[in-house]
Amino acid sequence: MLRAVQAQYLHIPQAAIEQLAAALHIPRTQIIAVAEFYSFLHLTPQGRYDIHISDSITDRMLGKEKLLNYLSEKLNVKVGQVRADGLVSLNNTSCTGMCDQGPAGLVNGYALTHLDYARIDVIAKLIEQQAPLTDWPAEFFAVDEPIRKPGLLLNQPFNNGAAIAATFARGLAETLAEVDCSNLRGRGGAGFKTALKWRTCSVQAATPHYVICNADEGEPGTFKDRMLLDLYADQVFEGMTLCAAIIGSDQGLLYLRAEYLFLYEQLQRVLQRRRDSGLLGRNIHGRPGFDFDIEIRMGAGAYICGEASAQIESLEGKPGIPRVKPPNSVICGYQRKPTVVDNVETFFAATHIAIQGGQWFAEVGTAQSTGSKLLSISGDCARPGIYEYPFGTPIEDILRDCGADDVMGVQVGGPSGTFISNRELQRRVAFEDLSTAGSFMVFNSSRNIFDIVQNFTDFFAHESCGFCTPCRVGTTLLKNQLRKIVEGNGAAVDLEELSELCLIVKNNSHCGLGDSAANPILSTLASHPELYLNQLKQSSFTPGFDLDATLAVARRMAERDDDAAHLSQVEN
Amino acid sequence: MSGTLCIDGIAVPFSDGQTIIEAARSAGVYIPYLCHRPGYAPYGSCKLCTVKVNGRTNTACTLPAADGQTVISNSPDLQHDRQRITQMLFVEGNHFCPSCEKSGNCQLQAVAYHQNMLDNHYPHFYAQRELDASHPDILIDHDRCIFCNLCVRASKEKDGKEVFGIAGRGIHKRLIVNSPSGKLKDSDISVDDEAAHVCPTGAILVKRSAYLAPIGERIYDHHPISEVACEKAVLDTQAAKGHASCDQAQLAGQVPQNSGSDSHYAASMPPAPDIKHGR
Repeated sequence: MLRAVQAQYLHIPQAAIEQLAAALHIPRTQIIAVAEFYSFLHLTPQGRYDIHISDSITDRMLGKEKLLNYLSEKLNVKVGQVRADGLVSLNNTSCTGMCDQGPAGLVNGYALTHLDYARIDVIAKLIEQQAPLTDWPAEFFAVDEPIRKPGLLLNQPFNNGAAIAATFARGLAETLAEVDCSNLRGRGGAGFKTALKWRTCSVQAATPHYVICNADEGEPGTFKDRMLLDLYADQVFEGMTLCAAIIGSDQGLLYLRAEYLFLYEQLQRVLQRRRDSGLLGRNIHGRPGFDFDIEIRMGAGAYICGEASAQIESLEGKPGIPRVKPPNSVICGYQRKPTVVDNVETFFAATHIAIQGGQWFAEVGTAQSTGSKLLSISGDCARPGIYEYPFGTPIEDILRDCGADDVMGVQVGGPSGTFISNRELQRRVAFEDLSTAGSFMVFNSSRNIFDIVQNFTDFFAHESCGFCTPCRVGTTLLKNQLRKIVEGNGAAVDLEELSELCLIVKNNSHCGLGDSAANPILSTLASHPELYLNQLKQSSFTPGFDLDATLAVARRMAERDDDAAHLSQVEN
Repeated sequence: MSGTLCIDGIAVPFSDGQTIIEAARSAGVYIPYLCHRPGYAPYGSCKLCTVKVNGRTNTACTLPAADGQTVISNSPDLQHDRQRITQMLFVEGNHFCPSCEKSGNCQLQAVAYHQNMLDNHYPHFYAQRELDASHPDILIDHDRCIFCNLCVRASKEKDGKEVFGIAGRGIHKRLIVNSPSGKLKDSDISVDDEAAHVCPTGAILVKRSAYLAPIGERIYDHHPISEVACEKAVLDTQAAKGHASCDQAQLAGQVPQNSGSDSHYAASMPPAPDIKHGR
């Protein structure tokens, strides 16, 4: 509702807050809280052309900073401001999920890709002419889906309805047993066993049960869910449908991140087509009593809403603040009812497991991490895009495939994951080694590691929901403390302070965001301690005289030359 | 369901529906907190009551007590982190204890003393926050707000109004008032509301009441918060003075325990600077 108000009035006006509060019987504080929580909702008017430029490290590596300044000059608007005539506003935003085709941005919510000076010239002209977005060149909005290496799942042929048919032919309990046997684990990063989640939900007495597909792909450097929803939406929806059959649900929700607004219309068409062909709606696949439908809900710009319970809060029209656990959302989720929340890729995999059986899937990968993983590869490599690998694949093989040489390090799993140096490239993609929701960013030796770490640390401070003290205050302290050291103003004690702060934020925070906010610092401190040490301020004074030499006479008279008879002015 | 759990080597009985913090309080065992208040719905945001329950980190104010739980609360590590979290609250807002009307009655200040907090440790944020003195009887000094949500819950759950809310994200969190102007004078709060009295710091104050109790005769002037917080609960439950200790077998392999006083932690902290003789 607020998104609609925002679209019409370019912000949430005071009058709308009053009207909504009265009509919905909710306090205005709740509406203001929501509007202030989400990056794409505003209480003050934005430009008629509201531009956001993706501030992911990969965009920065493609020259985003200079482009942003150029755009700012060209349009005569400062970053973070609205131009006086109200025509245009310009802002940074967190990664928009276009790292394979950056620098990227959004205009009025629609994705812009492959930004360069020439395009910016055209865009500036179009804006000054007040041309509607529909008149802009289509290629500005074109989103490629470069599938570089399809594997187990992407290569699988598929006919609509096949997984539902297979599920009913085999039986619901038997299909759940196949999912169990496949050892499928959640693809969103946490790696919870899917069959266990579905079984727990299916036995809950409270009704109704809900199926939520988490398409809030916010981890910087991830875009594989974008590709799945763009090209394989049927297989994702089918996974949701068979999950619904198994857990006994008649309502599904797709939580689509705001940055993927360009997918909204086409996904609605896919849903309608599935309704028309009896794969959604009432008596699905001719099975009396099996009713299930899927509704798409848009996010509004908050990384934290990728966390399942925060996403549920968001779906309920509230700020996305993770809930207190227990109870888990599988027991007490959407509308306080049992809810399965799974990642796009998890449902996609489940569809093929329902058709092929669990054993087929379990034969690929490692014992603890079965099947394959989609990786979104970006950064310093010749062929960024989507790659599918069996779990257990070494990083060096992946780097070879994507054409990365002169590698300084790789960020596996996005900012919340792990930074590995070029000495660790034999490590493997797996839950038991390098766990990843799909982000895979490559950095060559020309990159400054502090640019990366600062970008990630700033990201967490920006995206912290602010609920709990250690994350709300701690992520900002981390950002400031890191800057102090990087700018050369830190002493040895500041480095100790930084490590201690990392652990306090990590060990005391309410949810996974705080838990991983210090990871970029912790993993680079572990892999490159010398870089941090070199950054420290050196002792700035030069002794005016040599204290130890002056003591030589005293030593001779005392006939001593032990350690305690020597003094040093400067701590070594 | 009722039973016994073990907190720092002390056997603590609990009754159905109690959280760990409430079971502990009833038994006279203090676990520091700021966003919690007896009789209020658990919230779990300040993270001061973070404890280890059977080896896993959780907040004592939200986790239901269960039979057989082994809880570590007073370990040096947890106490250290509690001190740091308290310091974070101090640098985030603007807290000037010596000139604050709430001094001596302030839970934040009392918790800081309990945590042996001698400095702010972190650089100040010097947040720019406004004062709302618009209401004839009640004052909001946003400098002192720690986003504990108690006034929000009090207004909603106890007063049947919805005067307060928390908006913003991350470090930009702010307490807001449900009125057309956003000012307290235009809200339907009354000085008799629980929300006007619940603030653990001096962020929401009743006007003309600041010095009714003089400095030196205030709640925490003679009794540390660890005693004050437990006192009423102990009287309520007629708990015995001596604490039964837990089964030693349960404690085997755990981090060293202490008796629940502050002594353990104090020993690990540097001594207080000698102000008289300091340079």
